[in-house]
Amino acid sequence: MSCNCHDDPLVPVIAVVDRIREDTADIKTFQVKKPKEGLPFTFKPGQCAMLSVPPVGEAIFSITSSPTQQNFLEFSIKNVGKVTDCLHQVEEGTEIGIRGPYGNNFPVEEFKGKDLLFIGGGIGLAPLRSVINYTLDNRNDYGKIDIVYGARSPKDFVHSNDLYHNWVQAEGTDVHLTIDKEFEDWKGNVGFVPQYIEELNFSCDKVALVCGPPIMIKFVLEVLEKLGFDQKQIYTTLELKMKCGIGKCGRCNIGDKYVCKDGPVFRCDELGKLPDEY
Amino acid sequence: MKKIAKDKLSLLWKKIAENYQLFLPITEGKVVNFSIWEEGAEVDLNTLRTVNSPKNIIFPQTETYLKFKKEGKKLNLEVVANKGEYVVFGVRSCDVASFKLLDNVFLDEPIDKFYEESRKKGLIISQACLNPQETCFCNSFGINPELAPEGADISTWELGDLLFWEAQSEKGKNLTEALGDILEEVIEDEQEKLNQLKTGIKDRLKDLPLAQINPETIGGDLKEIFDSEIWDELHRRCLGCGMCTYVCPTCHCYDVKDYDGNKGGERFRCWDSCMFSDFTMMAHGNPRTTQKERVRQRFMHKLVYYTNNYKSYACVGCGRCTEKCPVSLDIVKVIKKLGGERNEL
Ligand SMILES: Cc1cc2nc3c(=O)[nH]c(=O)nc-3n(C[C@H](O)[C@H](O)[C@H](O)COP(=O)(O)OP(=O)(O)OC[C@H]3O[C@@H](n4cnc5c(N)ncnc54)[C@H](O)[C@@H]3O)c2cc1C
Ligand code: SF4
Ligand code: SF4
Ligand code: FES
Repeated sequence: MSCNCHDDPLVPVIAVVDRIREDTADIKTFQVKKPKEGLPFTFKPGQCAMLSVPPVGEAIFSITSSPTQQNFLEFSIKNVGKVTDCLHQVEEGTEIGIRGPYGNNFPVEEFKGKDLLFIGGGIGLAPLRSVINYTLDNRNDYGKIDIVYGARSPKDFVHSNDLYHNWVQAEGTDVHLTIDKEFEDWKGNVGFVPQYIEELNFSCDKVALVCGPPIMIKFVLEVLEKLGFDQKQIYTTLELKMKCGIGKCGRCNIGDKYVCKDGPVFRCDELGKLPDEY
Repeated sequence: MKKIAKDKLSLLWKKIAENYQLFLPITEGKVVNFSIWEEGAEVDLNTLRTVNSPKNIIFPQTETYLKFKKEGKKLNLEVVANKGEYVVFGVRSCDVASFKLLDNVFLDEPIDKFYEESRKKGLIISQACLNPQETCFCNSFGINPELAPEGADISTWELGDLLFWEAQSEKGKNLTEALGDILEEVIEDEQEKLNQLKTGIKDRLKDLPLAQINPETIGGDLKEIFDSEIWDELHRRCLGCGMCTYVCPTCHCYDVKDYDGNKGGERFRCWDSCMFSDFTMMAHGNPRTTQKERVRQRFMHKLVYYTNNYKSYACVGCGRCTEKCPVSLDIVKVIKKLGGERNEL
């Protein structure tokens, strides 16, 4: 039967999970590429993709690698339910379905020439890492880079190789780590991300990119405002339940915006115009 | 314009059914719904409003679209496209208008190819409403049930023992031609009677109890309406049963699920409802914690959000939710309350 349904946006393409790395007790990072080689699609930092593990289902994840990484897409995935658990059982070399990219992106072109402040909590580092690596791969286009990242304990840091090595060694880049509670042998900062931001007392001439649990985002925004940041200098990404990823299944709206399509990246002054339902 | 004597309609249906799957309003048990016509089916062209809207035909309640096979680490996907050509006969103006509202969503980029395919394969034959009911308020949304609705391929009007027939689209003209030996030409005198009939319907609409319902009376911007105190009271009696969303011809929310059958897995989508608590439930919590947020979502989607995005209300005034809600919480009440009517219960 003639039908062009094969390129329907809901139909995934086949990809292969090439490498898997265990980051924490419940987070793994997956390298995904086309069965032969290369990326299933091109994308911009901040965009997401739907991963399918039939017959369990599909779920949406931020692409945590940078578009400058041409060999594979990376996803850092926390095991919280059916699909994520199934992904955690997958072995290297297994084929999965993928569709995307979805959503808007961080406006990296507009950020050129500016100092950047990345603020992440837990798995919320995933979308930020794409931008961090993108800006580091285009180092001369961007000013000073500060990365503030918090997790429950040092054992819960994702991408520790970036946190402890790659980013620390990168030019004009400072990494500020914090954990929620005292931990054996931890010499760094102890305390929640919002307080730590206040203590670090950043100058407000930067662009801030914030991603983490909703409660962290809320308090970080308050602190940034206190430090003198204008809402137009702050970007965040939102997470709502998603099924289609293309603004049709009606699930992820905040007011008249669909987070899967009009988001997930929002500038804070735009966010302020939406009803408080996220 | 063509015509056919009503007692010859089954001949016409038989002829159409030779080449198409033909859907008609058919009585089964005590209810009338659009179902596939077979000889001897109890067709009911008088009931204005079928219990379910014909939405199910163009956007199925459950639709399998993918089959997969796993062999070791290999995965194989196969797209399922299973729609043949079909005709829906007897669609009322409100329901025809609802298809356009679904089109706005599904045919917007990126186009939903399954839906597009389904729309392409379908031919819609509308039927004018001679006797709009007490629960009808299509007129409030700019729908004129006496006219040929935009989006119908063929429009029909009943007049005494006759059914008038007018092709509106290319598709409609082709079918009309194919039915050339069954349809007859209308004579001038009958044309005049049809005009009178249309004027009669128009007059009747003005006297309907819901004729004054006007969504334009809703004042305020998105946030003001969102923060309106009407939501604090209104939701209290809602049972969260979701009936309103399933009978509504314009509700388009769906879920995507996998099914692990014994012959390999399948992926399907099925209608879902914003009235259910797990609709937006996530691992870290739910942005719509109570029925208040859910009721507000349903009505704000119809009257504000959709309108902002597609420049049209997402309600066609069919009255299904007013009839079916077990606790009489419906869009008419919401429009009245948002329009400032304080006495409305
Ligand atoms: C834009 C976006 C980007 C995301 N990026 C990442 C990422 O990079 N890494 C990562 O680990 N997770 C990410 N998530 C969250 C991820 O989509 C969910 O954890 C996943 O859908 C859960 O699926 P599941 O089948 O394992 O859980 P289920 O078995 O379906 O459910 C387990 C629990 O998770 C809830 N849940 C279902 N869907 C979601 C959802 N979309 N978001 C949150 N909770 C949900 C369920 O209601 C339930 O409480 C992202 C979500 C969004 C919307
Ligand atoms: S909201 Fe009610 S009246 Fe409006 S189209 Fe839906 S079911 Fe019909
Ligand atoms: S409004 Fe009425 S029909 Fe809709 S979910 Fe609530 S009780 Fe059910
Ligand atoms: S995920 Fe379907 S509308 Fe956003």
